[in-house]
Amino acid sequence: MFKILKKERLAENISRLVVAVPHIARAAKPGNFVVVIPTEKAERIPLTIADADVEKGTIAIIFQIVGATTKLLDSLKVGDEIPHLLGPLGHPSHIEKFGTVVVIGGGVGIAEIYPAVKALSKAGNEVIVIIGARCQDLLIYQHELGKQCKDLRITTDDGSCGRKGFVSDELKDIISSGKKVDLVVAVGPVPMMKVCCEVTRPHKIKTVVSLNPIMLDATGMCGVCRVVVGGKTKFACVEGPEFDGHEVDFKELTDRLKPYRDVEKQALDHVCRLLSITPQ
Amino acid sequence: MTNRSARERISDFNEVPRGYTAEQAIEEAKRCIQCKKPKCVAGCPVEIDIPGFLKFVAEGDFASAVKKIKETNALPAVCGRVCPQEDQCEKECILGVKGEPVAIGNVERFVADWERGTAPAVSRSDRGGGKIAVVGSGPAGLTCAGDLARLGYQVTIFESLHVTGGVLTYGIPEFRLPKAIVNLEIEYIKSLGVEVKTDMLIGNVYTVEELLKDYQAVFIGSGAGLPKFMNIPGENLDGVYSANEYLFRINMMKAWKFPEYLTPIKIGKKVAVIGGGNVAMDAARVSLRLGAEEVYIIYRRTRREMPARVEEVERAEEEGVIFKNLTLPVQYYAGDNGWVKEAECLQMELGEPDASGRRRPVEIPSSNFKLQVDTAVCAIGNSPNPLVPHRTPNLETEKWGGVIVTAEGLTSIPGVYAGGDIVRGAATVISAMGDGKIAAKAIHKQLSAGGI
Repeated sequence: MFKILKKERLAENISRLVVAVPHIARAAKPGNFVVVIPTEKAERIPLTIADADVEKGTIAIIFQIVGATTKLLDSLKVGDEIPHLLGPLGHPSHIEKFGTVVVIGGGVGIAEIYPAVKALSKAGNEVIVIIGARCQDLLIYQHELGKQCKDLRITTDDGSCGRKGFVSDELKDIISSGKKVDLVVAVGPVPMMKVCCEVTRPHKIKTVVSLNPIMLDATGMCGVCRVVVGGKTKFACVEGPEFDGHEVDFKELTDRLKPYRDVEKQALDHVCRLLSITPQ
Repeated sequence: MTNRSARERISDFNEVPRGYTAEQAIEEAKRCIQCKKPKCVAGCPVEIDIPGFLKFVAEGDFASAVKKIKETNALPAVCGRVCPQEDQCEKECILGVKGEPVAIGNVERFVADWERGTAPAVSRSDRGGGKIAVVGSGPAGLTCAGDLARLGYQVTIFESLHVTGGVLTYGIPEFRLPKAIVNLEIEYIKSLGVEVKTDMLIGNVYTVEELLKDYQAVFIGSGAGLPKFMNIPGENLDGVYSANEYLFRINMMKAWKFPEYLTPIKIGKKVAVIGGGNVAMDAARVSLRLGAEEVYIIYRRTRREMPARVEEVERAEEEGVIFKNLTLPVQYYAGDNGWVKEAECLQMELGEPDASGRRRPVEIPSSNFKLQVDTAVCAIGNSPNPLVPHRTPNLETEKWGGVIVTAEGLTSIPGVYAGGDIVRGAATVISAMGDGKIAAKAIHKQLSAGGI
């Protein structure tokens, strides 16, 4: 059982929890994730470790409230305990001095890039961060990321904050300005990562993406997270979650995220009844 | 033992055999002729004193019978159900030469179940023997932990999943091994003083080297959890599962009770299960219970070569599973919704024997045909779970991934032992238990002799 020490609502449907789990905090590295089971009957869901504090023995997880299990997780309050938390999982991000690195976060992916931005800056890279969301209200971690890099750029679909447009537009401009970019890291919704890879491909700029397929055990046992990278099937949970974006079969990834969409509503309705709230 | 009718059992997840009554168990045990040199014991990987416990059963002294079994086997209710006795103790039974061997497994199952109604007597030794870490709470780990606890060691089991039991929990379905029984066996191990920590992935959270700083020895029993795929086109379509995923959703996450349990599963009307082992039979039989109309077992050899227990193949057939033997899937095709719709297969014939001694299946050219399916389950086996070996640089493994050990279960790292499927590749529950026992003995010997 792992106690929730802090809970914040970062945006309308995005929450952040700080949980006491010293054994994970001490072993966590940027890019690692955890599996969370908020109640005994819930799903096992993978969430990126958004921050880890070894001294305090805590980790932070950030999640979008999209389905039944995230709804349950969000129903927990400070002082409540999460019954199961497994991690750190996956390969950590590869951190070294690359030169100039553009790190892109979209949606809840904005929070997920935070540990990498911190580590890349510390390793002596010039880090340019681009974050994007539908509108200003959904932008998160602006302040925190601003502290970790000198160049933070913001885009919103509706222009309510920063540039009106997509993160890929900003990426295009950086590249066409003649700036030498050594590495791009993109974390967010599949279409966003795909478009970023298309922008960098003609320029042969190495682009790392963090994939988010369906996971179950997340320890390499079930294979539901299989993704095709460079023509080969890989298990994202143990061989990823970060891969060379130019090699990823995004179409298949998109298809493999779909199978349970039609029953998600059923699960969500059930949870809303449990929590006595009206489904949205 | 009599079985419930196939029709009755495919409508629920309860067990198939009804189990012995006390009278039936006594009668069966009396058939044992109490050989002076019992071959059955030699056929048992954990060397249960079989004539000894049968004698007690014959006398109606079930309590002494259980005690006798538990001298060497901490999980009799499990073994009585899932051991392939026909290839082990019962195969060696002298009565089997001319007639039916004593149904040792059924009697073992009876006495273990009988004990469940009573409170088991537990003898705890003092905890002066030092600290041991066990990685994995499957049959190998539980056995090793139980034996060491009885010898007075403080044992901690680290389990990566949120529930204990390993393959007994996530792999074998309720109707073959009720989870209430698995839980009781685990409670028994805990009652010996073993501590179980779930949600602990060794390799990631602590390395084996780190464990060695706090524990005097480590036993790795992390199993064969890595599913094999055929690497044929279409295998990543929606509706194509590994047997691990399929059974994990059902057994571990209770997807059949969706949405009360929130993990979903989609089982179509026509299910093809690829493979001929016990796991394939489990996947096929689970599908029938969850409403599939037609369930196929697709196997590239014939029934004679099937690695599954004869009993399981028979039960699958009784329940209505359709066997498509000498058949090999070569490609899956999707329907408009992106979901699997067809499996293209080839007909096979048997050629010359291969390294396993079984006749090799050979493709018949131009024999392709298409089978309409909306779910496919790949049950062609598992490899040793690579996580612990990958994160333990000095741990030597075979090319196929199995951890290399001595006859005593010692790995290439002093103080680190291993057993079960992480060493053998996918094998049986009882062989894993045997390995756990051997390693426990070796650890005790090593530590009594003055440490590692």
